[in-house]
Amino acid sequence: MSEVRRLLPEPGVTSAPASWTRMVERGYAEAYARLLTTDPGDIIREVVDSGLAGRGGAAFPTGRKWASVAAAPVLTRYVIMNADESEPGTFKDRVLLEHDPLGPLIGLLIAARAVGARQGYVYLRGEYPDLERTMRQALAVLEKPGWIGPEGVSVEIRRGAGAYIAGEETALFNSIEGRRPEPRVKPPFPATHGLFGLPTLIQNVETLANVAQLFVHGAPWFRQVGTATTPGTKLVAVSGHVTRPGVYEVPFGIPLQTVLDDPQLAAGIAGSGQLQCVLLGGSAGTFLSPPEVAGAVLDYGPLRALGASIGSGAIMVFDHTVEMRRILIQLAAFFADESCGQCVPCRIGTRRLLDILQADALARREPDLRDLASAMRDASICGLGQTAPMALLSAIDRPALWEDICASKGGQSL
Amino acid sequence: MSQMVSLTVDGRRVSVPAGTMLREACRAAGETPPALCWHEHLTPANACRACVVQVHDSRALVAACSRPVAEDMVVETNTPRVLNARKIIAELLASAIDPQRAPDLLELVQATGADVGRFGGATPRVEPVKDDNPFFVRDYSQCILCYRCVEACGVDAQNTFAISAAGRGVSARIDAAYDRTLPESDCVFCGNCVAVCPTGALIDRQEWQLRSQAVWDPARITTTETVCSFCGVGCTLSLQVMDNRIVKVTSPHDNPVTHGMLCVKGRYGYAYVQAGDP
Ligand SMILES: Cc1cc2nc3c(=O)[nH]c(=O)nc-3n(C[C@H](O)[C@H](O)[C@H](O)COP(=O)(O)O)c2cc1C
Ligand code: SF4
Ligand code: SF4
Ligand code: SF4
Repeated sequence: MSEVRRLLPEPGVTSAPASWTRMVERGYAEAYARLLTTDPGDIIREVVDSGLAGRGGAAFPTGRKWASVAAAPVLTRYVIMNADESEPGTFKDRVLLEHDPLGPLIGLLIAARAVGARQGYVYLRGEYPDLERTMRQALAVLEKPGWIGPEGVSVEIRRGAGAYIAGEETALFNSIEGRRPEPRVKPPFPATHGLFGLPTLIQNVETLANVAQLFVHGAPWFRQVGTATTPGTKLVAVSGHVTRPGVYEVPFGIPLQTVLDDPQLAAGIAGSGQLQCVLLGGSAGTFLSPPEVAGAVLDYGPLRALGASIGSGAIMVFDHTVEMRRILIQLAAFFADESCGQCVPCRIGTRRLLDILQADALARREPDLRDLASAMRDASICGLGQTAPMALLSAIDRPALWEDICASKGGQSL
Repeated sequence: MSQMVSLTVDGRRVSVPAGTMLREACRAAGETPPALCWHEHLTPANACRACVVQVHDSRALVAACSRPVAEDMVVETNTPRVLNARKIIAELLASAIDPQRAPDLLELVQATGADVGRFGGATPRVEPVKDDNPFFVRDYSQCILCYRCVEACGVDAQNTFAISAAGRGVSARIDAAYDRTLPESDCVFCGNCVAVCPTGALIDRQEWQLRSQAVWDPARITTTETVCSFCGVGCTLSLQVMDNRIVKVTSPHDNPVTHGMLCVKGRYGYAYVQAGDP
């Protein structure tokens, strides 16, 4: 069991990514024809049957979300592709859009028909200017037959301006509206009060790419790989001390060790060759020790037992020479810098986490760190503040790792 | 009559009108949550998070100021998670500003048993005092970013929109359009932002001067209510008088005409009263 290519085209596919040839080759043209004759209710049923869950981090059941937007009492609706991808160690949406931009766009058109939207947006990370060019070419391909445009669904690209928080769905709405990207209070939820206060469906790039594949091949095919509870594949972004860092598409349920060792995948630990730990799930992920890595499989249920999750699919690998305190400081600095500043637990809390990690006598601050982390998780407005202390907590909960961290010098920020 | 919603707060059954916020329900149960950013005449900013309560079936805590009530909600206002969150919020704020100058924060510190030195040591943002106009002074190193001033300047009272939040993280701050001085901005110096500021970050210039000369003495200040004589609206004024001189003008927040808001003339145009004969 190693790579299963569905979202990423097989190596044999050589057509230009944003071309009509690619559209036909990947089956998207046929899928679109089928779309036009499928009732919106049936589209949603198909997504529900596939068992697809969001790939942006929270793994919310996609079909359920579509049904609630479709049921919203207001008839003007929006669909949005969230391509803001700005977390350290996460770069799978970029690779996906570079290799197959038409897939997620077809997914967006399917979503639009399912929920009754005539207007869509692609919210693209500001630091991906090359990708904007690719996306404009892809839009042009879809505009030619009128699938995108006044007769079909109007789709506009919006570029972020460098704030990680703008990837949070309600902050993203504010950004498109021309406001400061501060997350909004939920409820009300986007399904009823989203962009411009109207019902909005927002999905991650990879989720939409899955929708396109689902529509090309059908739900039974979709469920052929992955696990019974989590069907399909996941793009993982492997970085750090591995022989082949990069983005790989793997079936859910694959052992984490296989992702690290398989010659087709990350191909083994690089650097010193001796694994110290893995940060699974991104900046707000969980540190796993080598024995935990050996026992972990990439699926939500089993990972929960380790207190871990797949998050956006980021896997950061550290060999035994890395001073992990520096990594914690770097993560804390990221959150302190990217907090939107709206709420107290996050604005000041992220800063204080950083201060404590940089100061002396770290071991003695454990109770303070735990109380602060609980307050941030409980009382922050959005996922940024709520999850900012997660990786740190997971380090504290692994005594061997935490002892090393406390023993090493705090040092300066990086 | 509006429809009523029934819910449980700390085991007590209460009924409040549909569409009101949990804060109202807590108040009805005699458990008004503490708050720094909430203000009775402003849209809830949902920023300080001191009013969080625990709602059954909700993963994170919920800010009582901005969560609408729902039928049969089960709310708890004093669980260990709630108390820890409030205490930490008080400690974080006390690590950033001087609680002695912010009565509401001081009260939160005392109510939660916060240890003000716990996260202290480094001020997140040190800023020189902005003294750029004759009416009030801005000391943003004392700001908790409660957004009250932004809302008072916006649709909640003044509709001038001179100020907004800018920057992010601990650099987030209240700004008058790209760091302009207030006279260069759209500000009309109504002072309504000053009237709602809970921390002394915004302070009338007269008061600030007297305080820095250590002359300001609340014990010597008497308050006289009158009606503003500048125009026909008839705003209620509270003249604060020390040593037979007006040192500050406000309007009561519970006044039905003003809700505590005034214009530049009523709030700052008082020098003529004590000008003496020409
Ligand atoms: C701080 C923060 C940043 C986020 N950034 C992204 C992002 O860059 N891309 C993304 O798809 N989702 C991001 N999300 C999640 C979105 O809010 C939203 O849940 C997601 O776009 C839903 O799509 P999905 O169900 O397809 O995963 C972020 C969430 C938070 C709290
Ligand atoms: S948790 Fe952080 S990022 Fe989210 S709203 Fe609060 S300050 Fe902003
Ligand atoms: S004085 Fe009035 S106009 Fe000026 S910033 Fe304050 S509220 Fe806005
Ligand atoms: S200046 Fe005062 S009113 Fe404005 S945000 Fe800061 S503390 Fe709140």
